[in-house]
Amino acid sequence: MTPILEIDSLSKHFGGVKAINNFTVNVNKNQIYGLIGPNGAGKTTIFNTITGIYKPTTGTIKFENQEISNKAPHQIASLGIGRTFQNIRLFTKLSVIQNVYIASQGSAKYGLVEAITRLGRFSRNERQIREESYQLLELLGLADICDKQAGSLPYAHQRRLEIARCLALKPRLILLDEPAAGTNPEESKELVDFILEIHEKFGLTILMIEHHMDVVMRLCDYITVLNFGEAICHGSPAEVKQNPSVIDAYLGKED
Amino acid sequence: MSGYYQGLLILVCINIIAVLGVSILTGFTRLFSFGNAGFMSIGAYTAAILSSNFHVPFLLSILAGAVLAAFIAFLLGKLTLNLQGDYFLIATLGFGESVRVLFNYIVPVTGGAQGFSGISVIPGNQLLTVAIITIVCIAIAWNIISSKFGRNIMAIREDEMAARAVGINTATYKNFAFTTSGFFAGIAGGLWAHYFTFISPLMFNLDKSAEMTIVVVIGGLGSLTGSIIASILVTVLPEILRAASEYRMLAYGIAVVLIINLWPSGLMGYKEFSFSWFRTLWVSTKTLVRKIGAK
Repeated sequence: MTPILEIDSLSKHFGGVKAINNFTVNVNKNQIYGLIGPNGAGKTTIFNTITGIYKPTTGTIKFENQEISNKAPHQIASLGIGRTFQNIRLFTKLSVIQNVYIASQGSAKYGLVEAITRLGRFSRNERQIREESYQLLELLGLADICDKQAGSLPYAHQRRLEIARCLALKPRLILLDEPAAGTNPEESKELVDFILEIHEKFGLTILMIEHHMDVVMRLCDYITVLNFGEAICHGSPAEVKQNPSVIDAYLGKED
Repeated sequence: MSGYYQGLLILVCINIIAVLGVSILTGFTRLFSFGNAGFMSIGAYTAAILSSNFHVPFLLSILAGAVLAAFIAFLLGKLTLNLQGDYFLIATLGFGESVRVLFNYIVPVTGGAQGFSGISVIPGNQLLTVAIITIVCIAIAWNIISSKFGRNIMAIREDEMAARAVGINTATYKNFAFTTSGFFAGIAGGLWAHYFTFISPLMFNLDKSAEMTIVVVIGGLGSLTGSIIASILVTVLPEILRAASEYRMLAYGIAVVLIINLWPSGLMGYKEFSFSWFRTLWVSTKTLVRKIGAK
């Protein structure tokens, strides 16, 4: 088991608020790792710290043995960490395929002069972006709606598109922030199949935040439970489910 | 063509070029600037000084003005683009006014408030020259927005956080949009100087900056063709309604309030003008006529 993401004694304080406190986690290659915990436990803050939106107060984050906590969000994305957001953040006025173009064009090497004159690498790079993006959408069952405006899609499709866009980065690790939020049981079942499918097809490692316990139980190999910014237990889904401190965190303690 | 109409068309072209830059900045990146007249001013004075004092040829003087305006935009962007939206706007406003006041003061170089006169006229057929430059500028702007550069700035407009999460260096691309807007404003300023052969700092005041932003809003954010159509309208209408042209800014204000409230996407928001619309219109009219005929 080789770790792909190593978070070591990470803390993030906002003034006096300890949003994350001394948090340590290792995510292994190819794992689907769940991060659960009550609202306000600091899960999204962890995502934002991994992706460089926040700088950690103390602690280190290593991705593929490389320290990333001092890097900017776009650098971390280019290194191979994709993410989705709790409240879907698509480029709503643009078409479905343009959303994917934007994520996949990091590999396009043409410069401004080539773009203006349409010479050099421009046509070749653009064709490659188009083909790759279309193939990706085809693979994910979104090809038939590729010209629709992203903001006009039904909710479940928007979720899927957001994942598709993050896959266009060709990431090795993706962070999913409550992918099943706002879906009905039918849709969340489809979503689980979808995530399992991309996990296998793309050989991904997935770190996810989720509240739907049925989704977590079906998907995750390993879980960390977070409460008030601290990890209160680690383990397989079955172990975590029976852990008394988890039950306390979710349901409150008996006096 | 009479001199009057030719002059009007040249003015339309110059305004289109300046607005192209603002369209990329405001319509495609959603950064608002009230200082782009300052870049026009820099372009105009650079072209004027180079051609009058150093006998630099027409095209080269304009290009030099544009490059200098773009460079100043780049530096200003470096300093101010990390500010949040409204603060950036205020910084650009301050910049535009500073340029005006500065050019008022350095009398030996710019002629101060008296203006700078005796600039060489546009060589050859004036309208043809300006039209060709305008078409080249439109092509450049169009190719920028339909390349990865354009898509990256649109991503910033749509959602900056998501743009970063897909690997876009938003600081770089925002400054790219700002620098580009400075470049186009510089070209427009240079043409302005050579067309009027006289410039004064007051020509490039806050009104001019505001007008360009208003044109982009009227034309519809995120539409290059919308911006072009709107700048034609906004240049030509005050000429037709000459008697009322003093109330131009009032009319713009009312138009913007109405558009933002009733028609937020503007003339062409997020769509580009296409001739296939006429075909669709023609086909649907034909079917309609046939339907009525059948009844």
